[in-house]
Amino acid sequence: MQLHGYAIMSAIQNMSREVLRVEEGSLYPALHRMEEAGWIRAEWITKTPGRRARMYELTAAGKKQLDAEESRWQAVTAAVNRVLREA
Amino acid sequence: MSLWSRIANVFCSDRLNREIDEELESHIQEAIEHGRDPAEVRRAFGSTLRHREESRDVRLLMWLDSLRADAVSGLRQLKKNKITSAAAIVSLALAIGACTSAFRLVDALLLRPLPVVEPEGLYILSRHGAGFDGKPGTFEDYQYPLFRQLRGAVKGQAELLAISYAERMDLTYGADQEMEKALLQYVSGSMFGSFGLRPVLGRLLTESDDLTAGAHPLAVLSHDYWTRRFGQDPKVIGRTFRLRNDLYQIVGVADAPFSGTEPGTMTDIFVPAIMHPDVGNSNSSWLRTWARLKLGVAGEPVRQKLQATYRAFEEERGKGAGLKGTDQERFGNIIAQAMVLQPAAAGVSEMQENSRPSLTLLGVVVVLVLLITCANVANLMIAQGAARAREMGLRISIGAGRWRLVQLVLMESAWIAMLALALGSLFAWWAAPFVVSSINPPDNPARLFLPADCRVFLFALVLTLGVTFLFGVLPAVRASATKPVSALKGGEDPHSRRRLMHALIALQVAFCFLVLFVASLFVATFERLSHRPTGFSAERVLALDTVAERPQPPLFWDQIVDHLRTVPGVEKVAVASWPLLVGYGFRSYISISGVPQNGVFTYFLSVSPGWIDAMKIVFVDGRDFLASDTSPVVAIVNEAFAKAYFDGVNPVGKSFDKGQSRYRIVGLVRDAMYSRTREPLLPTAYVPFQSVDERMAWAPMAPRSRGTFIVRTYNPNPLTLALTLRQEVTRARAEFRVSNIRTQLEINESQTVRERLLAMLALFFAVVALLLAGVGLYGVLHYSVLQRRHEIGIRMAIGAQARDIARHVIADISSMVLVGALAGLALAMSSIRYVETLFYQVKATDLPMLGLPSLAIVAAALLASLPAVIQAVRIDPAEMLRAE
Repeated sequence: MQLHGYAIMSAIQNMSREVLRVEEGSLYPALHRMEEAGWIRAEWITKTPGRRARMYELTAAGKKQLDAEESRWQAVTAAVNRVLREA
Repeated sequence: MSLWSRIANVFCSDRLNREIDEELESHIQEAIEHGRDPAEVRRAFGSTLRHREESRDVRLLMWLDSLRADAVSGLRQLKKNKITSAAAIVSLALAIGACTSAFRLVDALLLRPLPVVEPEGLYILSRHGAGFDGKPGTFEDYQYPLFRQLRGAVKGQAELLAISYAERMDLTYGADQEMEKALLQYVSGSMFGSFGLRPVLGRLLTESDDLTAGAHPLAVLSHDYWTRRFGQDPKVIGRTFRLRNDLYQIVGVADAPFSGTEPGTMTDIFVPAIMHPDVGNSNSSWLRTWARLKLGVAGEPVRQKLQATYRAFEEERGKGAGLKGTDQERFGNIIAQAMVLQPAAAGVSEMQENSRPSLTLLGVVVVLVLLITCANVANLMIAQGAARAREMGLRISIGAGRWRLVQLVLMESAWIAMLALALGSLFAWWAAPFVVSSINPPDNPARLFLPADCRVFLFALVLTLGVTFLFGVLPAVRASATKPVSALKGGEDPHSRRRLMHALIALQVAFCFLVLFVASLFVATFERLSHRPTGFSAERVLALDTVAERPQPPLFWDQIVDHLRTVPGVEKVAVASWPLLVGYGFRSYISISGVPQNGVFTYFLSVSPGWIDAMKIVFVDGRDFLASDTSPVVAIVNEAFAKAYFDGVNPVGKSFDKGQSRYRIVGLVRDAMYSRTREPLLPTAYVPFQSVDERMAWAPMAPRSRGTFIVRTYNPNPLTLALTLRQEVTRARAEFRVSNIRTQLEINESQTVRERLLAMLALFFAVVALLLAGVGLYGVLHYSVLQRRHEIGIRMAIGAQARDIARHVIADISSMVLVGALAGLALAMSSIRYVETLFYQVKATDLPMLGLPSLAIVAAALLASLPAVIQAVRIDPAEMLRAE
């Protein structure tokens, strides 16, 4: 699935029901960093004549990284939850 | 992919900026389309410039980008100061070019391994010890019978190769009238296999082509000769040429770049060693012995075996010769020589030995010039850095790191060095072959394989980087140490900067003094050598080296002399065994009334009646030879002879002995140079060209196959007669042929050709060094006056005279020049003894040798400081104080 920067930001906000808010300007350096790491790839697409948008898409390497990060996140939250329950 | 795109982005950073901006802008537009307030969106988004910088840093290589930026700014800086930059680049180019040329020469002649398989495993057998004349030396010459025994002695442990000294020979591919010269080496047949050489055409020689004396008239051409002489004609295989009395067949062409084992000459033709006429002669040394140890064999036992074989052979030879008395003692020297396995990866040649000291000295001079240039450019950059102190201060205040500033200034130096390298390479490309072509006289040019390959390129690159650091680091560190506060306030301590510049000036002057000193020694040497009286007249004299198919009786030679006298335009004709001052000769010990005269050699030259007159050598007493005179029986001697053996008393009528022959002295002449200009005037005996003694081992045997006609013409340019004379010789007697025609002046000049070249080069570098030192001095003074103009204005305002100001300006600089000159003098005095052998009758302590460089430096310093002094004196105090 391809999304441009603004759509990514909106998606995060909508999915998290406005809990997670992305700082708009900082999104782009982060995206560019991920692009350099090869986790996502970008492509210019002409939406309306005279206006282009840069669309981002997850790569195979990115998917692997996402899985790794997700399991790490699960492990951390599980640990945090256990700590909270014990207390 | 990622790294590549990051590198690519460095060089199209504008596009990258546009792309990032476009993306950020499209985000804002999108937000507005979604109904948000434009002002709120922009506020929420934050600084686009900051986000762009952040993204940019991610998407390109930071260090490369900063390097690029510095390169651009460096180039801009160079363009801004066009004249200083050009001066820096040109002077540096000259220095780098000269260094690279010197390296090319040294590398090609002394360092570069021969283009053969495993050159580092090659040795030559050299012997250390006293020679026949008792003088210590190194000897490399062997007789073929000895070589055979040596080869047999170490069979299975080492492979020995006989390779003759390269020799210019007369040979012909057709009729005798079409004789030409070619450089020839007699080599062991196994050499080609041992060196791992391949043929481009036909085949090379093998061991089986080198077995029986006289039975293998085969030849292999070098690639260079094949190209030059035959235009790479493949039909050359099977062609024949006549050398001496044998008809040789060409069997192959060796692949480039192998052209013999003697750097400085390129062998044209290789023939089997066994074909050499002296292959069975135990008294004729004509080859070098090369060795390659078999795998896993230690050198020392092999050396001992060789030594033992050598000693046994020479002892046997000594016994056979039946030597007595002092001769036997002297021969003992030869037997006692110690054999050494000398590594010879770079080949062995006389030119290597002859040029090593002068080439080394030239290298030192060139390096000195390079250092002077570096000091000069460093000074220029420091002065420029001062002008940029404000800019540096500003850079530091907005956050530039110290390393970043060093990089900025170094980048500028790198530009200068790279541009200089490009120019310098052009210079080296031209200069190195030019120098090689001027080393030897034109009729026997030195030929050197001078490849411009990765060795040379690497050297130039390393040199350039080194130079960049040499002249770049000081100014860079200096600039990066700028204190922003004082710089922005309008000035820091100006003296610290000047101290460094003054030290550099002193260094420059010291090196400049050295270069000038060496140059004056070289020039004086050349002057003295070329103005040394020769004792004969070389004007209007032609020397016709003539060869005959086989030895011809003296009568025939006389017939040609008589015939040449009839040619119009000819004043005088005579014949001798060789011309004067050709660099070789025959010398021997003599005895007087049976008492051997040791310690002083006597030169011998066979001359016909009229030769003394034709050469315009002055008669003191006695008479010239008559047509009936023969050798031995009579001789004419020179004054040095009389002084050495007869205490200066007129020896006419007395006699001396050479070996078994007795000579009666019939004439006494003034001294004339014999073999070399550098030699002192030695005792010389002229003997008749007609010789009756056939037992003598040296040249004048009764019939002769070579000699030199001396022709004095009426025309001031004797060469106009050259062609006629060449034809007339053959017309007089068809068996004779002129192989070489030179004027005697040419021969004389070729004696000093190397000295002339050295003097020329040294003078050139001296001028460059002086110019650089002058420019450097001017730059520093100019800068210091500029910096102290306020102070000078104040001094003038309170009553200083122009004279005081001038003294004030040049006071510290003159002390620097003095310190530098003294340091140079000390350096010169302490190092000169290493090179004294290069000079002729010139002492390092001679007043002119020291005075001229000092004078030149003082004059240059005065000239260089004049503009700055004038500038200082013209400062208008009122204007200066108002500006403050």
